[in-house]
Amino acid sequence: MDGAHDMGGVKGFGPVVPEPNEPVFHDEWERRAFALTVAMARPGGWNIDMSRFARENRPPEDYLSKSYFELWLAGLETLMIERGLVTREEIEAGKVLSPPKPGVKPIAPNEVTPAIRRGGPTEREPKAPALFAIGETVRMKNIHPVTHTRLPQYVRGHLGTVELNHGCHVFPDTNSLGNGEDPQWLYTVRFDGPELWGKDSDPTLSVSVDAWESYLERVR
Amino acid sequence: MSDHDHNRHGHHHHHGHDHSELSETELRVRALESILTEKGYVDPAALDVLIDLYEKKIGPRNGVRVVAKAWSDPAYRERLIKNATAAIAELDYSGRQGEHMVVVENTPEQHNMVVCTLCSCYPHPVLGLPPVWYKSAPYRSRAVADPRGVLKDFGVTLPETTKIRVWDSTAEVRYLVLPMRPEGTEGWSEEQLAELVTRDSMIGTGLPKQPSEIA
Repeated sequence: MDGAHDMGGVKGFGPVVPEPNEPVFHDEWERRAFALTVAMARPGGWNIDMSRFARENRPPEDYLSKSYFELWLAGLETLMIERGLVTREEIEAGKVLSPPKPGVKPIAPNEVTPAIRRGGPTEREPKAPALFAIGETVRMKNIHPVTHTRLPQYVRGHLGTVELNHGCHVFPDTNSLGNGEDPQWLYTVRFDGPELWGKDSDPTLSVSVDAWESYLERVR
Repeated sequence: MSDHDHNRHGHHHHHGHDHSELSETELRVRALESILTEKGYVDPAALDVLIDLYEKKIGPRNGVRVVAKAWSDPAYRERLIKNATAAIAELDYSGRQGEHMVVVENTPEQHNMVVCTLCSCYPHPVLGLPPVWYKSAPYRSRAVADPRGVLKDFGVTLPETTKIRVWDSTAEVRYLVLPMRPEGTEGWSEEQLAELVTRDSMIGTGLPKQPSEIA
């Protein structure tokens, strides 16, 4: 979706302000909100693309007024309500008002470290040869889905060069909707600064995105 | 955009608040944890293990070891460039948000910088959780259009002729910058070299320390 999360090239946010000796978390609630979100994914049955969409799918003013972990919390609440794990009333009341959804198993303490160390690789066996070659010029499609996509607006319609091929990876646009993994070839596509930002661009700049095959269009 | 909005998104905004009173968000998270615990969906002891992992075991010191080893061992550097995921796993770092690693090497001709304009993708096994500025609107919006301006915010100026390559992490591939080994470090041990590697130099928003800075 073309939402406030898609920030590449947007003006007016001001300077980057690094915080010296920044702690990993700034408050106890950030620790717990982070851990709850990570620990609920498996019992809740959602994938990373669904969580990303739950965080970004909101009015721009809401997205921009929430801190990072406030967005995580809001996303977690949405995902749980959608799946009938908790109700909106329970969250507002701050207490249990309905029986638990049956068959939901929590992550045990001794499962945490192995699960984090394993992660969730997204590479899959290719079913067809790659359509684009390294070094080939491609155009990014001009698409505006109302659902989750990982094709940023600032590269849509622009010409780039295929630089790397990362194998076949789970496609977020379908995976976020529960419509299957639909693995596709994933490429790093590089754009020259002036192609993206016009004649006033830094001439020494190039930018790349990682793009699934169906985001690309053949030029010749 | 007003200062208020900027501060809300760009910075942590509960800093230095009065701890005697719990904020609405603190109360909401506490209540949510007790609901999920009572319903049997989460084990609070598992949350403690998770937090401990990310506060004590997974952090930029892991990436520092990778870079220092690449600087002192040419064969390792070559493996790291060729297959970063495997080379990083040699040092026992792997997993969540680092399943598919690529290492990009800075040279006198090209400086690399990593961003995630769409959210906060960051190589956790080697750098830990991202700092607030990395997740903030100012960094995500400007890194791809004005990286030299961003570098200025970090006090870094590169030669005008150096090419700048920005990697927007839009998929599950995670990027780590291999900075240039500072001059004047001939014969240094891996442990000595490690003292020069900073977190920001592995994101591309900083440069390694110079030998004079740690003398």
